[in-house]
Amino acid sequence: MTTHSESDGGVPAAQPVGANVDAPAQIPPSPLKGMFGVKGTGDVSGFGGLARKRPTTADSQRPFGGYFDEVYDALEEAYPGFSDAIEKVVVDRGELTLHIVPEKIAEVCRIMRDDESLRFELCSSVDGVDYLGSDNRRLHVTYQLTSMTYRRRVRLEIAVAAGTPVPSVTGIYPTADWQEREAYDMFGVVFEGHPNLTRILMPDDWDGHPQRKDYPLGGVPVEYKGAEIPPPDQRRVYQ
Amino acid sequence: MTQSGYATERETTEGRVFTVTGGDWDTVTSSVDPLSNEKIVVNMGPQHPSTHGVLRLVLELEGETVTEVRPVIGYLHTGIEKNLEYRNWTQGVTFVTRMDYLSNMFNEAGYCLAVEKLLGITDQITERTNTIRVMFMELQRIASHLVWLATTGMELGAISMMLYGFREREYILDIFEETSGLRMNNGYIRPGGLSQDVPESAIKKIREFLTYMPKKLKEYEAMLSGQVIWQERTQGVAVLDVTGCLSLGITGPVLRASGLAWDLRKTMPYCGYETYEFDVPTAQTADVWGRYLVRVAEIRESLKIVEQALDRLRPGPIYVEDKKIAWPSQLALGVDGLGNSLEHVAKIMGQSMESLIHHFKLVTEGFRVPPGQVYVGIEHPRGELGVHAVSDGGTHPYRVHYRDPSFVNLQAIPAMAEGALLADVIAGGASLDPVMGGCDR
Repeated sequence: MTTHSESDGGVPAAQPVGANVDAPAQIPPSPLKGMFGVKGTGDVSGFGGLARKRPTTADSQRPFGGYFDEVYDALEEAYPGFSDAIEKVVVDRGELTLHIVPEKIAEVCRIMRDDESLRFELCSSVDGVDYLGSDNRRLHVTYQLTSMTYRRRVRLEIAVAAGTPVPSVTGIYPTADWQEREAYDMFGVVFEGHPNLTRILMPDDWDGHPQRKDYPLGGVPVEYKGAEIPPPDQRRVYQ
Repeated sequence: MTQSGYATERETTEGRVFTVTGGDWDTVTSSVDPLSNEKIVVNMGPQHPSTHGVLRLVLELEGETVTEVRPVIGYLHTGIEKNLEYRNWTQGVTFVTRMDYLSNMFNEAGYCLAVEKLLGITDQITERTNTIRVMFMELQRIASHLVWLATTGMELGAISMMLYGFREREYILDIFEETSGLRMNNGYIRPGGLSQDVPESAIKKIREFLTYMPKKLKEYEAMLSGQVIWQERTQGVAVLDVTGCLSLGITGPVLRASGLAWDLRKTMPYCGYETYEFDVPTAQTADVWGRYLVRVAEIRESLKIVEQALDRLRPGPIYVEDKKIAWPSQLALGVDGLGNSLEHVAKIMGQSMESLIHHFKLVTEGFRVPPGQVYVGIEHPRGELGVHAVSDGGTHPYRVHYRDPSFVNLQAIPAMAEGALLADVIAGGASLDPVMGGCDR
């Protein structure tokens, strides 16, 4: 298992400068602009103390607890390329997340489905998340696998740069067909080997991938009782 | 070529295209030469009464046999998941409840369970809240199955079933209205609790409903189960076995009708479902008939759960104790809808400045959710509803994804319909019970 000490993945944290010294915090400029000229985190306390952020993608140490160790060991035993395929293991809030090397995701899924001590027969959900600003590999895809035999759930997660193709798991879990199409449509993740990777929810001739974080929400200002209410993405926000 | 008032035709590079709007099928068939042109491509929907909303099916027909089906979705995509990211965690409920508009309570419950898991307050949800959530989810399940029975009945020719189904559903919507102020899109379940308590009048109505509904169920069965047309249209139609269901990710009544008793309320319980006594109905036929039997039996089981929930309903708080999460005011239902109770307004405006500040901060800014991600699955009337919620530690969701069962289940239409008759596409599609609001989100 290789350890990635850098923040590969996870939510970008705007680190306020001067939060620890006796001076007003200076928050690095951010592209977000709210009402009343609010920028960055929208922290109006002046101390930068409201934006509490901690890294969530730290490696978990063994024992993971519960059935997580069994799943981990069974996968290690059944899959010869295990050490090259697992980037890190995260146990958080009673859920196990295995971060997988993107090129190996289909192989890992096949073992997860077929090995008799794993038996993740059902792929419950496949969806994308855009961690814009975390690092180059901003687009994540999560696979929620369910083992009906053992009544277990495991999440597999991969991270890729925009434009890097990912092996499709439709050959292993046909249910991923439309879900991969949705991840492609909304995030622009390209699944290699998918039988028909086209847009599914947006019109075929749509430009861009709407659920990426750098894609604007859009909207128009609305007048209400004489006052103009800006569209939601331009309102004042507390982040 | 005759130009009828109904089916208009035009020549394109792809061949002759007809626009069919009503009972004018003859015009089409008579003008296609059966010797040279055996294949007809039919675009069913997106505006078609028997596709349950704006689902479009591209069908390739040879005679009346369907050789290929391609479902096209996205006509009701409203960007709910994206919109959520610009509102605070509590406001999210208002959005997700509008996804699958026949199972609002489930959308809300799934979202709230996910937010509560992110906050780490799942254990602090009060007994009364959990009981009311279970009760309302089961009432919603009955309402949803009634709409299924109503629309499927209509599509297969049992028009009276449609009237009966919607009539009984209205009873449940009245209960919801009495409690939350709205028939649908309730916004009732909130992260940490419920928007307000159930009034006595609604409890009375639920009790009435529990005595009323079983009689009606018997009537439905008396009307449908022995009906030869109903049997012919459903038995052996649109078969999908367990293997097919699992590989296509189909869950819910469709999976249970193929014999696998997989119900998240039993296998991965939440909201205290493990303390209720109920069965998981299954059928072995794996066809539309089996799905009908399973759904009717599920209505009975839901009635059992609602009854148990009513019996164990004790007075108590409906929000978590943590004042940094619980909605600051006791909401009250006035003549103009749901709003802050007058006592609360009097307190924050007249007596306590701190209460006012607290109220203002919590309502405008919302609470912060520690960073991380969770996946919560609950048993929705159509299968597994999964909510994948990601937080960056802020007051807004970073990403919320709904694994909606309608979306996943619709993938089964080609497997069920190809090789069968055109009429069975309707029966098979209806038996999946797709709701396009949930499918397209």
